[in-house]
Amino acid sequence: MSTQHYPNDWFAPAPVHAALDLPVLPPESYWQGVWRRLKANRRAFGAAVFLIFVLLFTVFGSVLWPVDPAKQDPGVLSRSFVAARSLPVAMPDHWQAPRLDWAANVPVSGLAAPANLHAVSATSDAVRLVWQPVAGAQHYRIYRREGGGAGRGIPLAVIPASYLGYEDRLDVHAQDYHYTVIADDGLDEAREGAHLMVRPIAVISLLDAQLQGLVPLHVPADIDTLHVDLPMHPLGTDHLGRDMLARLIAGGQTSFFIGFGAPLLYIFIGCLYGAFSSYVGGRVDESMMRFADFVIALPFLLFMILLRVAFGIGAGESGVMALIVAMVLLGWPMSARLVRGQVLQLREQPFVAAARLMGAPSYYLVWRHMIPNVMGVVIVSLTFAIPGAIFTEAFLSFIGMGVVPPIPSWGSLCNDGIQSMLTHPHELLYPAALISMTVLAFNVLGDGLRDALDVNLDVRS
Amino acid sequence: MRIIPAHMTRLSTIALFVGWLLLAAFAHAQGVNARTGTITLGFSSEPPTLNSMESTDQVSSMILSHVKEGLLRYGPTGELVPGVAVRWELTDHSARFWLRRDARWSDGKPVTAHDFVFAWRTALLPTTASQYAFILYPVKNAEAINRGELPATALGVKAVGDYELHVELEKPCPYFASLTAFMTYYPVREDFFRSRGERYSADAADMISNGPFVLDRWVHGAALSMVKNPRYWDAKNVKLNRIDIPHMTSDPQAMFNLYRNGSIAMTGLTRELLGKAVELDYPIRSFSTGAVFFVEINHRPERVTSALKLRQAIQALIDPAVLVNRIMAIPGNRPTDTLFPSWVKGVEKPFIEEYPPPVIERSLLRARTLLQEYLDESGLDAPPPLVLLTGDNPMAVQQAQYIQYVLGQGLGIEVRIDKQIFKQILEKMRAGDFDLVTAGWGPDYNDAMTFADLFASWNENNRGRYQGAEYDRLVREAQGSNDPRVRMQAIAGIQQLIMDDVVILPSYENSAVYVQDPHLKGVVRSIFGGDPSFRYAWIEEGSAP
Amino acid sequence: MMRFIAGRIVYGVFTLWFLATATFFAMHAVPGDPLASEKAVSPEIRRNLEVRYGLDKPLMTQYGIFLGNMIKGDFGISYTQKNRSVNDIIREHFPISAQLGVLALLWATIGGIVFGAVTAYYRNRWPDYVSVVAVIICISVPGFVFAALAQLAIIALNEAVGSDWLPVAGWETGSFRHMLVPSLVLGLGTLAYLTRLMRSSMLEIMEADFVRTAHAKGLGTQRVFWQHQLRNAILPVVTVLGPAIAGITTGGFVVEQVFAIPGLGRYFVQAVQQLDYTVIMGTTVFYGAFLIFLVMMVDILYGVIDPRIRLAPERLRHQGGPI
Repeated sequence: MSTQHYPNDWFAPAPVHAALDLPVLPPESYWQGVWRRLKANRRAFGAAVFLIFVLLFTVFGSVLWPVDPAKQDPGVLSRSFVAARSLPVAMPDHWQAPRLDWAANVPVSGLAAPANLHAVSATSDAVRLVWQPVAGAQHYRIYRREGGGAGRGIPLAVIPASYLGYEDRLDVHAQDYHYTVIADDGLDEAREGAHLMVRPIAVISLLDAQLQGLVPLHVPADIDTLHVDLPMHPLGTDHLGRDMLARLIAGGQTSFFIGFGAPLLYIFIGCLYGAFSSYVGGRVDESMMRFADFVIALPFLLFMILLRVAFGIGAGESGVMALIVAMVLLGWPMSARLVRGQVLQLREQPFVAAARLMGAPSYYLVWRHMIPNVMGVVIVSLTFAIPGAIFTEAFLSFIGMGVVPPIPSWGSLCNDGIQSMLTHPHELLYPAALISMTVLAFNVLGDGLRDALDVNLDVRS
Repeated sequence: MRIIPAHMTRLSTIALFVGWLLLAAFAHAQGVNARTGTITLGFSSEPPTLNSMESTDQVSSMILSHVKEGLLRYGPTGELVPGVAVRWELTDHSARFWLRRDARWSDGKPVTAHDFVFAWRTALLPTTASQYAFILYPVKNAEAINRGELPATALGVKAVGDYELHVELEKPCPYFASLTAFMTYYPVREDFFRSRGERYSADAADMISNGPFVLDRWVHGAALSMVKNPRYWDAKNVKLNRIDIPHMTSDPQAMFNLYRNGSIAMTGLTRELLGKAVELDYPIRSFSTGAVFFVEINHRPERVTSALKLRQAIQALIDPAVLVNRIMAIPGNRPTDTLFPSWVKGVEKPFIEEYPPPVIERSLLRARTLLQEYLDESGLDAPPPLVLLTGDNPMAVQQAQYIQYVLGQGLGIEVRIDKQIFKQILEKMRAGDFDLVTAGWGPDYNDAMTFADLFASWNENNRGRYQGAEYDRLVREAQGSNDPRVRMQAIAGIQQLIMDDVVILPSYENSAVYVQDPHLKGVVRSIFGGDPSFRYAWIEEGSAP
Repeated sequence: MMRFIAGRIVYGVFTLWFLATATFFAMHAVPGDPLASEKAVSPEIRRNLEVRYGLDKPLMTQYGIFLGNMIKGDFGISYTQKNRSVNDIIREHFPISAQLGVLALLWATIGGIVFGAVTAYYRNRWPDYVSVVAVIICISVPGFVFAALAQLAIIALNEAVGSDWLPVAGWETGSFRHMLVPSLVLGLGTLAYLTRLMRSSMLEIMEADFVRTAHAKGLGTQRVFWQHQLRNAILPVVTVLGPAIAGITTGGFVVEQVFAIPGLGRYFVQAVQQLDYTVIMGTTVFYGAFLIFLVMMVDILYGVIDPRIRLAPERLRHQGGPI
């Protein structure tokens, strides 16, 4: 047996060299690490910044842009931009078109074009046309075209030949109109009609001005010279003349309320259910999970529609609550299952076992190990649940089962907008872009959070 | 390692190529085809039932009017013309019809008077539970049969031989002839009906026609085709060979896109699509659907709207002209202050020309004054909120939001919109669970009475439960007479009463705007008898005029 | 093994019972009257209608009859289409939804695998970015907006080419060109979801030891790609196909509505809007049963393939899909 000798200095402590200074990382809690990793993920961070901006926009937007989203201005419907204006007030009056007392029912070969077609007045409230009678005419047909193009445009009316004038009030604006008045003999149209180009002056009707509080109830004497000031609509108006910006803000409030409200509630309920189930364990756990499975087996969209209708919406209710309750009823089992799975998995983890061995009390285990570890998964599922809820609301609004007007949501704004997509794309564009970008941001943030919560992916470790 | 494997790219190229070949291999459908005499259309929905005794809706009525024919029918300008009957005679208490001998079912058997007797009796049976049974009520004992108080054989109609039909009337009915063009009055052949049992009219094979067309194919929810009926007595004047309906969608935009693509021959326009159609320089057409829309008011004593002054205040503020011209903005809709549309006949001229509707003075000042009077009368400080029931179609919602805005801004009345699906609206209307409701009424027959008795106290359709002794008296007066002068005088009284008592708030006479392939001619758009009708339509060859 | 399968079937039957019960009571909680009609009917006619649909009986009796008929596979007749049975409606319209769904799934799977593989390969280079942006758009734009835009695109294409290869809307049995665009639109969401899945699983595999070993052994890049990476990366994609089928087949409402396709989804929405009790219940139970059946099959298959699953069946079930 031989003994090997080692030099003593092998066992001496190494001299401290400044150059050999190992990078000592500052101690960091789990959440601090998450936050650092998240900040490092530029995309996720950008998404978070965007979301905060959108949230601020919806929450404080109505303070910065204090326009009533329900206020209607029938003078500017479906405009993509409206500048501030100052308009004269049009007093209501009943205009009677000139009438022919008798119509000579003599058949004439070939109808002429009405002579002397002109406008006796032309405002955005009404354009009044008059013309000379045409021999042999049974009716006059009046058409109107906007701006360029070759056709006659829209058929405004067919009126009996005893009338020699027509008052056009159909959504008239201060823009060029091309009128055509053409006679018919009861069967066929005349070959030639009379044409007239009119550009009405912009006015606001007395009732509109009074409803908007711009003119007092007792009309002042100088009303004829009075001009009233109307506000601008930077993002235009919708089909009822309501301010788009104000509606987008209000719509965001609804969408976010549903988008946050429903998932927060059902994830909370799901967590409690899952935690309780896994805590009790055994038969109770099994039957509780069976029940959750039953609920998961319900086809989500079908039941969402069914429940939304079943809850019914009373008069004056927005329908937001019905939507949230339906989502909660159908949504909780997923998170219950998730939490239970996590808890069961964690219980078997070595570090939990180690902590228990070291005599840690259960509140410490729950507080220090269970909650932080489960929290991460829950938060990630929340960031994916929110866009899901916003989407579901939009989808239900699309099939007419979302929120009730006049309360807007981004989904219902989209649904309104989609009907006028061909002519006024801005009504669809803004809400659709907001939904898409918000949903996108939540998805990116969710991805980022999932990575950030995963310690294994950290470059530091 | 970063290179994409070569076969992968090649594979995808091949897949794409195959895809294009597949696409190119299919020929395309056309909206109108002059060579084959075929037109292609789209429907908003599937016909719920093509059993003429049970049908209630527009789509079914359109198809039935092509595959079946009643005693009378509507001609190219909307006038009544002979159908299965060549001649008829109407008195105060009876009607007689002489049937043509060349009318045939599509299996070749003749159409006889017995087929009408069978159809009318069956439609009235309580077990049939037909919603339109009431339209047969002018026939003697019809109502009692429908209630199950009398057997069906007690119905006042009998066949005299195969080609003569005698009808006894319950009371004078000057418009009875026009009723016989309605689908519930269409003939049904007993042996065929019995041979199909529950399946009668469930599919193309379970139907039999006596009209200008035959139902050729019916793929539920997807497609429907009608072909010309060679056995129809007037087949030589039916120009189209085939009507294909391969599209069924309630999305007007999808329909418009189909039209743009040349796949269908005509389509209706919404306000938004109208703008696009004008932009594309399509010739726009419009026609009156004959229906009147109004805001119905709940008159039940427990509702706030039973107070006349409040109703008057609302009436003084809501201007149908603004609604029609600004909010709806579709040409052809006529703002109105009366229940009776401009096409309703008076004594000689249209009714509203003989009896112009009363003028309502509208101003915010007057509305506020009336509201104040209401508040003083009822001892309230502020007006109570109102429930406005409305449907889920965009137009109704738009209208409701306008009313909500105007009453809120103008009178400080909080209007709570109650948006519901159709069945729930009906249920809430029945239960009286509303203050205001946006409603409309389409005429069933060509007489003022189809509107006038709507708010009689006994009418089940009077959902606001308006009870007016004077109203009831006027309706009875008009119903009890065959003299147009007496009747129109009574109708004029009803018109005045509707305004004075604010029974309802009339809004507009409905029109529809649509585009139609310029090659397609002679399509009849009408209020009665199934719309649109292609009975007289033809396709003009060559380029569009 | 047989015991396991029997257990799954019993469980499936119970789930179906729960589904049917939930549907029945949710349906009867709906305010409104399925027999209400535009023209008011006399009380006599109403009574006749109630008898015809069995609405005159107490609720629990109706429930019993409903369950009894369901076992017999009979869902009654439609309220709105008076001479069609719900079975007819399902038989005629479900195949259409299914065809559309299968095609959509095909696009989604192929597209998902291809795009996923491409993005993983070109990680952080432009093909990756382009695909990621496309995927993001697919995930974040609502389906109804997409469908409407797709329709406009078809018109523009047809106008540009001067023909109409692609129908704007409509359906013809067996016509591929009618299915093409709707199925693409329907499959987009799932495609995006599968792309993401495929990408991450591909990235994981690319770093795996056996791939490194394969390269070290001197195998060609292509061989490694096809035989090692792709094969293994596809596995997670395959496991979520079950839920994906369910998501696609029940998610067709919008596409069916916009493209005028007579699928069962559109019928369901219509039935809800018209309170057609029998159709709503029939359709929901049918779809539910279909889903349950799919999940059951997947479970059993896994059980057959991998015996470990039988011991811990829960972990692999309900992976969650793009629903």
